[in-house]
Amino acid sequence: MRRVAIVGVGHTDFMFDSPKTEVEMFAEAAMDAINESNLKPKDIQAINCGNGLGDFSEGQIMMQSYIADDLGCFNVPATRFEGACASATIGIRDAAMWVASGYYDIVLAGGTEKATAMGTPLATRTFAMGHDSRYESPAGMTFPGFFGMLAHLYSSRYNISLEKLKEQMAMVSVQSHEYGVRNPHAQFKKEISVEKVLSGFMVASPLQLLDCCPFSDGAAAVVVASEEVAKKLTNKPVYIVGTGQASSGKMSAQYKYLPRIRAREVSVKQAYDMAGLGPEDIDVCELHDCFSIASIIAAEGLGLAEYGKAGDLWEKGEMRIGGKIPINISGGLKSKGHPIGATGASQTYEIVKQLRGELVDQGRQVDGARVGLVDTLGGDGIICNLILKAD
Amino acid sequence: MEYKLTFREYNKSLKTDKLLGLKCNNCHTITCPPKMTCQECASTDLEVTELSGEGKIVTYTVIYVAPEGRENETPYAVVLVELKEGPWIMGNLIDIDPARVGMELIGRQVKLGHKVFPGDKYSDGDAARPLFSFAD
Ligand SMILES: [Zn+2]
Repeated sequence: MRRVAIVGVGHTDFMFDSPKTEVEMFAEAAMDAINESNLKPKDIQAINCGNGLGDFSEGQIMMQSYIADDLGCFNVPATRFEGACASATIGIRDAAMWVASGYYDIVLAGGTEKATAMGTPLATRTFAMGHDSRYESPAGMTFPGFFGMLAHLYSSRYNISLEKLKEQMAMVSVQSHEYGVRNPHAQFKKEISVEKVLSGFMVASPLQLLDCCPFSDGAAAVVVASEEVAKKLTNKPVYIVGTGQASSGKMSAQYKYLPRIRAREVSVKQAYDMAGLGPEDIDVCELHDCFSIASIIAAEGLGLAEYGKAGDLWEKGEMRIGGKIPINISGGLKSKGHPIGATGASQTYEIVKQLRGELVDQGRQVDGARVGLVDTLGGDGIICNLILKAD
Repeated sequence: MEYKLTFREYNKSLKTDKLLGLKCNNCHTITCPPKMTCQECASTDLEVTELSGEGKIVTYTVIYVAPEGRENETPYAVVLVELKEGPWIMGNLIDIDPARVGMELIGRQVKLGHKVFPGDKYSDGDAARPLFSFAD
């Protein structure tokens, strides 16, 4: 397998009610990534496009084909990756594999989503399609409901009072907004307080409004190239040194293992093993904080905190810049926004920026970051992880 | 290879308050809801078995923002129940005021009934879901 690097990245603003289409958003992020790579559209050999719900938000399937054409990457193989919220990450992972195998030298990968076009009731319905439609959706299950149940289970399993856990969860949201303020692409550039989180309206108990990420529109993309090509194109290649991906059964089928997500532990182990690294080597991490409790569960599954203890680390500031492991310095899904098909590419974009040392001006650079971890969760159990390393 | 117990058969039975699962002849694990293979050992040597429908609540949530078409049901409680026979299943909880319940629900003994979700334009027909009530 050849070494593979990311040579260019692009990212639209994340927002409510974008004036652009999903194709337009993807193409704008992608053209920025292509330009940054010192490439032309004709150099792209294949396109992997993450998208979750274009069928419902725009009545559009197979948008990847129109994306290739809009970009001027005429007739290249273009593939849609659907892994709910992890769609783009699995697209990037596959791009890395195709390039590593030697079949392609240059692949464009990313994702796009226009969730806000659906409005809250339809968006809630379609996001709930990331549960088992036969055995679990009939109970009126929603995505916040999944993490609401995990929060209560976490509280009972680790013997942490719900009151204490909710305070720690609120601190996760507060930290995300603090960094989101400094991210020019973030949907919410506004600080919040623990009191404000704890007084928001209830979405799915115990999750209140500000425990939840928003519905969002946006796109992000990266260009993946072989090491040989990368060295000709850029003096700042960021290598994809480890990848992992794993799947889960429906929530009830994960039973005794919950609130841990076994797929995350399987996936991240693959990534660590491939990279020859461990959690102690990670300098900065973007993890899947669709809900405040999701951050706590993810940090533990990734080996960045002991089980039952991640909330304490947020409380002590250990997940900030200067702490033990800076997490979601982009503002995370919570503050930056969560256009589901684009999220994994957005997380990857952020880690690339950190590893290139390009966030000093935004006041959110993790000093000397060399190794970064991406963690994305789709539905109730598709996990994909990427480990990136600066040269 | 055919399923020993399909969704359609499981659903038909649940509509009569009979909960069906699969017993593994290899490791004796009970799998419910049904799958092609045993939940633990992936064996296909399974037989259909009727479960008691009794168990305890392991976690819950009360939903206030519902999927499209179900807004008039809110707030409603969704629970995961650990059945006496081992597996966990998801359903709704009745006989409570959803706005007032809390962590005291966890550990409560419940028994199974059912209610039919009539389906919407995105579902393939209707589906019965477990409706739990307190047994203790
Ligand atoms: Zn078995």
